[in-house]
Amino acid sequence: MEKIFKSLSQLSATTILLILSAIFVVLYIQAKPAIKKYGIHFLVDPRWGVTVQKNNTPNVAKNSVANSDVGGIQVEDDDVLAAIGALSPSQEKKSNVVYGGLIPIVGTILSTIIAMIFAVPIAMGISIFLAEIAPPFLSKPVGIAIELLAAIPSIIYGMWGLFYFGPFIAKIFGGSSVNLLVAGLVLGVMIIPFMASLTRDSMKTTPNILKESAYAMGATKFEVIKDVIFPYAKKGIVGSMILALGRALGETMAVAFVIGGVFNFPHKLTDPTVSIPVVLANNFAESSGLSLAALFYLALILFVISFIVISFAKFYFLRDKK
Amino acid sequence: MRLIINKIILFLSTLAAVLGLIFLFWILITLTIKGIKSVNLYIFTHDLVENGLRNLLIGQFVLSLIAIVIGVPIGMVAGIYLQEYSFNNKFALFIRNLSDVMMSAPSIVIGTFVYAILVNPIGHMNGWAGAVALAILMLPIVVRTTDDMLGLVPKELREAGVAIGAPKYRVIFDIIIKAAKVGIMTGLLLAFARIIGETAPLLFTSGNSQYFTLNLNHEFPSLTVAIYNLATMPDKHLVDIAWAGAFILTFFVLVINLLGRYIIKDKK
Repeated sequence: MEKIFKSLSQLSATTILLILSAIFVVLYIQAKPAIKKYGIHFLVDPRWGVTVQKNNTPNVAKNSVANSDVGGIQVEDDDVLAAIGALSPSQEKKSNVVYGGLIPIVGTILSTIIAMIFAVPIAMGISIFLAEIAPPFLSKPVGIAIELLAAIPSIIYGMWGLFYFGPFIAKIFGGSSVNLLVAGLVLGVMIIPFMASLTRDSMKTTPNILKESAYAMGATKFEVIKDVIFPYAKKGIVGSMILALGRALGETMAVAFVIGGVFNFPHKLTDPTVSIPVVLANNFAESSGLSLAALFYLALILFVISFIVISFAKFYFLRDKK
Repeated sequence: MRLIINKIILFLSTLAAVLGLIFLFWILITLTIKGIKSVNLYIFTHDLVENGLRNLLIGQFVLSLIAIVIGVPIGMVAGIYLQEYSFNNKFALFIRNLSDVMMSAPSIVIGTFVYAILVNPIGHMNGWAGAVALAILMLPIVVRTTDDMLGLVPKELREAGVAIGAPKYRVIFDIIIKAAKVGIMTGLLLAFARIIGETAPLLFTSGNSQYFTLNLNHEFPSLTVAIYNLATMPDKHLVDIAWAGAFILTFFVLVINLLGRYIIKDKK
């Protein structure tokens, strides 16, 4: 009995490893047709679902993709994409549809960068406020409020972005209310509570005796924060930020409402575009054949990128001291 | 000069804190105002096809419940291994960190994974796939919670158990788990709160349904997916229903979180 339970428990612990490797392997297998066809060039190809006609190709696909240029960089809307997805694999082979991931990759990276630029200063302010400035009667309820806000489902942030924040930003910067900037900012608002509570926790690990010695030397509060707390909690703070970045990279629902969901290379901040999770969310269910493989390719890229980012934060900065 | 810089910096960080809080309360207030308007008895007693939320609420609940049934035993036993059997060897440290990494894995990618193994072979979306996706999402949280909570149990209790000649698994089940019960329950409650608000992994695994159903072999209704679909509808009435659903969901998640905090505090 003892032996059975022991090996059972070992097996359960191994499931974590098994599931993660299974995700990688399954995504790779599913993405293989696309990987084989486009290779690494997929990463820099801005065309998604564009038909490139060969000399001898009959015009099978022409009707369904009537409004896409031959080989050109093209703004594809959902209808065109759905039409491509509906093509049977044999038709795809004849008409040689090209899928490239550049636009969603760029969209993901840009929206995450905007989110970080927006969220880092505010989250730092909040955590400094909570850890050092606010009196206990304030820091406790505000701290709890922040943690509760981190628990709100991301779809709520997305909805708020679509109905209130997007129009608000559009009034200031012009353009439509769904675009790259709004997506980045909503993402930023979403990760603020997460980042702030983690950062505050690592700031609080600074031993009081260090702070008190600095105060005793006549240091101001800012100097204590800058010269004592930051150096001491540096790893924890940076780690929290990277962890928040990892979360922003893979976030779907907060972005899906407000990024626009069109394959459009963003030339300015207020252009609508698309990110990897949003492409997956919008097109996965109605895709098949090569387009599905291309989506799995994107999912694989997202998985690998966020896995690297999060592991980096975890193994390098936030190492368990157990 | 030093004092002035000090004042400026402190002012700026307070300002940042206030700004952040304004954003966050802006969300809560709009959610409450828009949501409460459409919450009434009707939406709890009718299905989506008649502009109600009943089937969605029940569907979301059922999916999360099945996810718990799948995810909690595996996660708990894995947590027990990490804390009680592994003696913190390299493998256990690796699994512990890996589980933390998995906790932050993009939920939509887990959705694509489940799609590949449970939806594509069957040919259509089904409730089981959604529940499995949620269970995978929940697993690392349960592992972490069990691991942490068992770590808090004093060593003397274990020694006392071993001293009276009990086999290790009896010690674990009869002594250690009992001692850590409240903590583990709270952790499970918080894990439940986390997965019940998930949308992305359900989008193309369990899909959505307008009708009341408990048959997990077909597309299954869920509140979050329905909110996503309804919120972008041109019909204003449907958007209002989405707001009502969003409000109920958020309210529920926050209440569970507060409850969890209260239990932990009470124990201390």
